[in-house]
Amino acid sequence: MNAVELENVDIAYGPTRVVRDVSFAIAEGESFALVGESGSGKSTILKAISGLAPDWVGTIRVLGKPRGHGPDRSLAKICQMVFQDPYASLHPRRTIDDVLAEPLAIHGIKEQRAKVEAALAAVGLDRRFRFRYPHQLSGGQRQRVAIARALMLEPKILLLDEPTSALDVSVQAEILNLLKKLRREQGLTYLLVTHNLPVVSFLCDRLAVMRHGRIVEIADVDALKAGRLTEPYSLELFQASGGPITAGA
Amino acid sequence: MTDLLSIRNLTVTFPTPRGPVDVVRGISFSLGRERLGIVGESGSGKSMTGRSILKLIRPPGRISADEMIFDGIDLIRRSERQMREIRGARISMIMQDPKFSLNPVMTIGEQIAEALTTHNSVTRRDLRNRVLEMLHAVRIHEPARVAGLYPHEVSGGMGQRVMIAMMLIPEPDLLIADEPTSALDVSVQAQVLDIIEELVAGKGMGLILISHDLNLVARYCDRILVMNGGEIVEQCAADALHRAQHPYTRGLLAAIPRMDEDREELPVLDRSAWAAA
Amino acid sequence: MSALHEWLLEESPSSRTQARLGRAWRILSALARNPLAAIGALIIIALVVTALFAPLIAPFSAVGQDLSNRLMPPSAEHWMGTDELGRDIFSRVVYGSRITLLIVAMVAVISAPIGLLVGAISGYAGGWTDRILMGITDIFLSMPKLILALAFVAALGPGIENAIIAIAITAWPVYARIARAETLTFRDAEFIAAIRLQGASATRIILRHVLPLCASSTIIRVTLDMAGIILTAAGLGFLGLGAQPPLPEWGAMISRGRNFILDQWWVATMPGFAIIAVSLGFCFLGDGLRDVLDPKQRESR
Repeated sequence: MNAVELENVDIAYGPTRVVRDVSFAIAEGESFALVGESGSGKSTILKAISGLAPDWVGTIRVLGKPRGHGPDRSLAKICQMVFQDPYASLHPRRTIDDVLAEPLAIHGIKEQRAKVEAALAAVGLDRRFRFRYPHQLSGGQRQRVAIARALMLEPKILLLDEPTSALDVSVQAEILNLLKKLRREQGLTYLLVTHNLPVVSFLCDRLAVMRHGRIVEIADVDALKAGRLTEPYSLELFQASGGPITAGA
Repeated sequence: MTDLLSIRNLTVTFPTPRGPVDVVRGISFSLGRERLGIVGESGSGKSMTGRSILKLIRPPGRISADEMIFDGIDLIRRSERQMREIRGARISMIMQDPKFSLNPVMTIGEQIAEALTTHNSVTRRDLRNRVLEMLHAVRIHEPARVAGLYPHEVSGGMGQRVMIAMMLIPEPDLLIADEPTSALDVSVQAQVLDIIEELVAGKGMGLILISHDLNLVARYCDRILVMNGGEIVEQCAADALHRAQHPYTRGLLAAIPRMDEDREELPVLDRSAWAAA
Repeated sequence: MSALHEWLLEESPSSRTQARLGRAWRILSALARNPLAAIGALIIIALVVTALFAPLIAPFSAVGQDLSNRLMPPSAEHWMGTDELGRDIFSRVVYGSRITLLIVAMVAVISAPIGLLVGAISGYAGGWTDRILMGITDIFLSMPKLILALAFVAALGPGIENAIIAIAITAWPVYARIARAETLTFRDAEFIAAIRLQGASATRIILRHVLPLCASSTIIRVTLDMAGIILTAAGLGFLGLGAQPPLPEWGAMISRGRNFILDQWWVATMPGFAIIAVSLGFCFLGDGLRDVLDPKQRESR
């Protein structure tokens, strides 16, 4: 069974169609990347899967079940999202403890204290941080909290929307390591949206290159590492990202 | 080669509830008519260094330096009014996001023209020609059409090229570019930096390129300063960056994922390694 | 004392309560460092204390008449003089603080939550809900406050309760507008999206996540509006539509003193001073609160 499956999906934002006829499937436990430049529609696909962009046609299946439009309470325990901007993704007036306990409260889950402490430990944050407010944390620490929040309901699938592009490289390395470790430990499926090809090379198994709302090419990450992408646009991105110019290009 | 800019013991201080904090701590460097890169992570003081050259630190922040000599003028002893004659005319600055730097209710042509007429007197006819010439120089293909557009009608990459045109039309001697491409897509980044490089080389200007991206700075500069915690931790030639000595620089370089990544784990900066040294 | 202080300012609090108290303490100490806010707070505290202990503070009864002592000027015995029925004005002003405080508190308690809720729902829901709620708000906003209050009191009959209801009805639309504007700024923020993805209902999002963020700007606005509310209440009292005699409402006292304004100035002036002092107190406190609670204002300084 595939973790996430899209068939001929068109997504609209108001009157404009931003994603056209997109199909791909992500196996359970796989790490898949959507890469492209701004306006390519890659983030919109994440929003449609999560329910934040309800205006789409086609079929989206999550763990084999067709998903409806709009946020879905039962989906919350299967699929969660980590956002790009760690400064905008935490409620400014609530402590870390509030942020992490909220999903448990929504779903009536007991033993909140133990679970919050376990989640902090899992993302490598000391217990001291539990009752701090977001403004007392650095960008990297906030992103750890955001990841912990996404994992509170023990989902199978994580949607990652440029999770490290707002961070410094040294902090990016820490978060990428953390994401890799969590995936290994919890058997998670990742769908990563990014413009950064080296990040894909580190974290993913396969990638889809997007342009103007369409998928241009789907390739294995080995092809990326070797610079063996086939489409001209993919190679253009590859070179602009500092990839070596290969003879074939 | 005589120095275009020479800074000695520059400190920028901000008061906080817990006492004053130095965001730049007594740094010294000099610059000829060359391309100097300043790299560092957020909070390293690199942007504050760039802004303090133009004395653009807003109160309550304070700048102090033993000297800050630009082409024989000690900027640190200049009044705010005298600084205004230098800003734009002799030293220009390009900021990160063109969306916030361009005036939304003026056409692009008007804004570029204004940048020129603020410091020079030019005839009307000459003005238009110079504006179109400049737009052409930043590789805008239909300068006459683009000059009549408003900032929201152009893409981010084109907006940034317009900014460059605006900053370079008074023919300054020094250009400070603070993260000029980090709001742009990768394919557009190279184009914008190529234009900056070409114009700077062609006019024999000095360039300070401030960025968080080590590889980018290494590609476009002659010399690099690495900043951390308000101090310069390393100075080296750009092509020698990969032989950098300081543990901070080495740590930063190692932490960047590569296209042909096969490491299971990225090395993480051990901040205690040089804090003790 | 210093142990408590350290406990409050602890960087890594060990419980929810400690974190919340620490935050409250930081706001309070910032407020205390702001001179205007401190003066405002002192005036408001004085008002509350006066209202609570009115019988102990006032030397005379607020309603006891003494026709042999009519219209006496301020003296050692009658600090603010006496009125046309020989009542001690100081005692009436002191008892009047109870009425003022009651009006102000009741108006805030009624209008602020209504305004907050309407604004937050309107801003968060958008679409037709927004249009209908804001249409109603605009209708109320488009009418002059005092005239609307007058119309309500005329319909409901004069009296304090009706004056409170009338003022509350005219006060909430402003709060609804503010709360809506505030809600719009973060409705599409990622932290709200994150809560939605966790399966929270719209009610839960509005009550637990949106409202707390609108609260500080509403508190600031309510505090600043208090002066206006007091003046409106005084205006209603002045026109004879608010508190009825013999209640010592400040506006009504000025109204009665009007007849003697040239010869016995103190009858109208003393309650006037009280109104000015309390209005100023709320204005100062509101300005101080804005400095402390509104980070956008603080950064621009």
